[in-house]
Amino acid sequence: MTTLTADGASPLAGVRRFLRHLLYVMTDNPMTAFAFMLFLLIVGAALVGPWLVPYDPLATNAGSTLQPPSWQHWFGTDQLGRDVFSRVVVATRLDLMIAVSAVAIAFVVGSTLGAIAGFYGGWAERITGRCMDTIMAFPLFVLAMGIVAAAGNTVENIIYATAIINLPFYARMARTEVAVRRNAGFVQAARLSGNADWRILAFQIFPNSLPPMMVQISLNMGWAILNAAGLSFIGLGVIPPTPEWGIMVAEGANYIISGHWWLALFPGLALMLAVFTFNLLGDGLRDLVDPQRRT
Amino acid sequence: MRKPLLDIQDLTVEFATRHGTVTAVQRVDLQLHKGETLGIVGESGSGKSVTSYALLRILDRAGRIASGSIVFGGVDIGGATERTMGEMRGRELSMIFQNPRAALNPIRAVGRQIEDVMIQHGLATRGNARAKAIQTLEAVKIRDAEQRYHAYPFELSGGMCQRIVIAIALACRPQLLVADEPTTGLDVTTQKAVMDLIVELAAERQMATLLITHDLGLAASYCDRIVVMEKGKIVESATTEQLFARPRHPYTQRLMRATPRLDAQVSDLLPLDDSRRVIPSQRPAGPPLLEVEQLVKTFGKRDSADAVRAVDSLSFTVHEGESLGLVGESGCGKSTTSAMVMRLLDPTSGSLRFAGTDLATIPAKAFARHPLRSQLQMVFQDPTDSLNPRWSARRSIADPLMRLGKLSRQDRYRRVEELAERVGLPGELLDRFPHQLSGGQKARVGIARAIALNPRLLILDEPTAALDVSVQAVVLNLLVKLREELNMSYLFISHDLNVVRLLCDRVMVMQAGQIVEEGPTARLLSEPAHPYTRSLLEAIPHPPAMPATLPPPLKESA
Repeated sequence: MTTLTADGASPLAGVRRFLRHLLYVMTDNPMTAFAFMLFLLIVGAALVGPWLVPYDPLATNAGSTLQPPSWQHWFGTDQLGRDVFSRVVVATRLDLMIAVSAVAIAFVVGSTLGAIAGFYGGWAERITGRCMDTIMAFPLFVLAMGIVAAAGNTVENIIYATAIINLPFYARMARTEVAVRRNAGFVQAARLSGNADWRILAFQIFPNSLPPMMVQISLNMGWAILNAAGLSFIGLGVIPPTPEWGIMVAEGANYIISGHWWLALFPGLALMLAVFTFNLLGDGLRDLVDPQRRT
Repeated sequence: MRKPLLDIQDLTVEFATRHGTVTAVQRVDLQLHKGETLGIVGESGSGKSVTSYALLRILDRAGRIASGSIVFGGVDIGGATERTMGEMRGRELSMIFQNPRAALNPIRAVGRQIEDVMIQHGLATRGNARAKAIQTLEAVKIRDAEQRYHAYPFELSGGMCQRIVIAIALACRPQLLVADEPTTGLDVTTQKAVMDLIVELAAERQMATLLITHDLGLAASYCDRIVVMEKGKIVESATTEQLFARPRHPYTQRLMRATPRLDAQVSDLLPLDDSRRVIPSQRPAGPPLLEVEQLVKTFGKRDSADAVRAVDSLSFTVHEGESLGLVGESGCGKSTTSAMVMRLLDPTSGSLRFAGTDLATIPAKAFARHPLRSQLQMVFQDPTDSLNPRWSARRSIADPLMRLGKLSRQDRYRRVEELAERVGLPGELLDRFPHQLSGGQKARVGIARAIALNPRLLILDEPTAALDVSVQAVVLNLLVKLREELNMSYLFISHDLNVVRLLCDRVMVMQAGQIVEEGPTARLLSEPAHPYTRSLLEAIPHPPAMPATLPPPLKESA
């Protein structure tokens, strides 16, 4: 009986402990709970949005162009008679996918490079540090523009460009967080226990460096969404007629002057809401992953 | 009766926490007269520091004075405005903090920091502040005060920094000085110098001093009166003589017993009826286990002018089953030596023969997977820092078994339980994280991890330095018991000769990378030959001997 609980029962107990802690974090700070709700809404829209929307986001209707918001078309229709609400909801998936992939790549590559630099120091640190400085030397949005313009107008290239300009933040943060723990007592103890260096770095130091990086991830998500939308706004990246917030704002901007404000406003609001959510979520995430707060 | 300078009546301090309100200090009464030195003695969590913070009104945001009054020189501190307090702090009431380096601004020359306080309180003008600051530096016996005026905290030693903190605290000639563990973290000889200085300056200025400490020996040497605190309450208050002659409260008696003194054995630290008492048996030392010869470690570029010889041609032998003490003050190279013996650091030259193999030839990087790795283990100084904060106690203890143990999952589980039992860690604590464990429990986890692989040599790097004396007493007894049961050799590294004496058969005294004296513990401590050993011994504050018969203790609930 007891032998089975050795490591076997701990995942279940761990999950339960995590859920209890999640509940605590939510109730402790209502803002976090609110941000989490919004986050679920956005993720929900990304996952099932295309099946829920009332109209085909690409279907044009010459009979009802530039209709103001009404019960039939909540957010109105655009210059080709497409339903703006359906387009805004469907666009969530693409925008979120770009941001998640870009941040995931930036996090994995950046924190790996940074962790190695922080742990070994010396040449590893110098080379990584200078490379990151080089990236930081460019105005980041211009660098992203340059990358997409040079590599081609595809969704993948937007992801890579966004990932590259986010790399230095993770690399620097991981480097500092790892370096302060490099000579901690538990690291020495791990050496005595026969752990190889890579194992100490991967399983002991790195997980302890995660809490501040979680906050960075969340803040970066908002930023990455904005970046992807920005690239599309200036005509790089996603190509019309694909529904995407940045393109919709760009197209809608032409009609604001003629009083058709809903074309640009609603995708713009969606963009703002997404960025706002991820920024709010950051603090809650830190509480969630910090073992010190888990009792 | 004359009116006390400081009169604390019925003080209760509460903290708002995640789990409701916690009472840190409960109905404390304290009186302090001009020129008097009062010691508040207690272990961590006793509320001694919180009392002093309340007195200066520097409790953090969650804390508040729930009831009671603090009257200092006729001013009601509990009800004073922040503005009044700002004027009082530094000028009337001053405080010396535990960590002198943290208490100083790292990017400002120390002389400037003294000037700031004097100018703030209108005791100096921009014109004469410099001269006054230098005078103050001279008052705390800093040599070359003119040059030191321009020094930054990082350029000064811990003892010097504490002198600067004292200089800042005393710059405005306050009437009351609160010293919160002023010498924790300092070497014994520095501790003596700093404490002598505080007492001398206090006497010279007719200042009242409140000394907060966990060290009964220190309180006995420097205080007129002592109050003992436990769990937020004052359990006993008496003059120093009375307290040591007739300790009334069971907690005071326990504390006095647990403080290592000259005549005590390790078992004397615990009450007679404690099952954890261990009486060490005398055993002859076996054949040599570790032979260190001409060990050298140089930091910095070799042959350059700023190369530092941290360890200088060190030779010593540890026999099987023997416990060898290595004593020295900070910076003497004892930690470097232990890191080299543990094979965490490569020596510059010399040999380390362990059970017939020269370990110095195996690079530290490759030693992690070496078969001898399991034979050499270590217990670290700071039990908190040495445990991975994301791992449960069980996971931490299991780590060496997973890497080097070659046990099945079930055997490993059983082994961890067995180790926990051996070090006296209750099984239900195994699934807790380090921050949910007390200092003593964390120390046990560290010890269990170190003995998991049945090592032959265990290095103990000040394993009790971060613990309260009552916990230290239990841990020291545990270490004696483990050594006998598992037939390990110990290399015990410490700055505290009193603790070394309890645990070691032989002692080496190290100074500036070299061993200056070595010999059997009893002889070395009773007839030290080297002047450095003598100065170390003299600097230790000794609590007066325990009275042969203790008065019947008051009821614990009293």
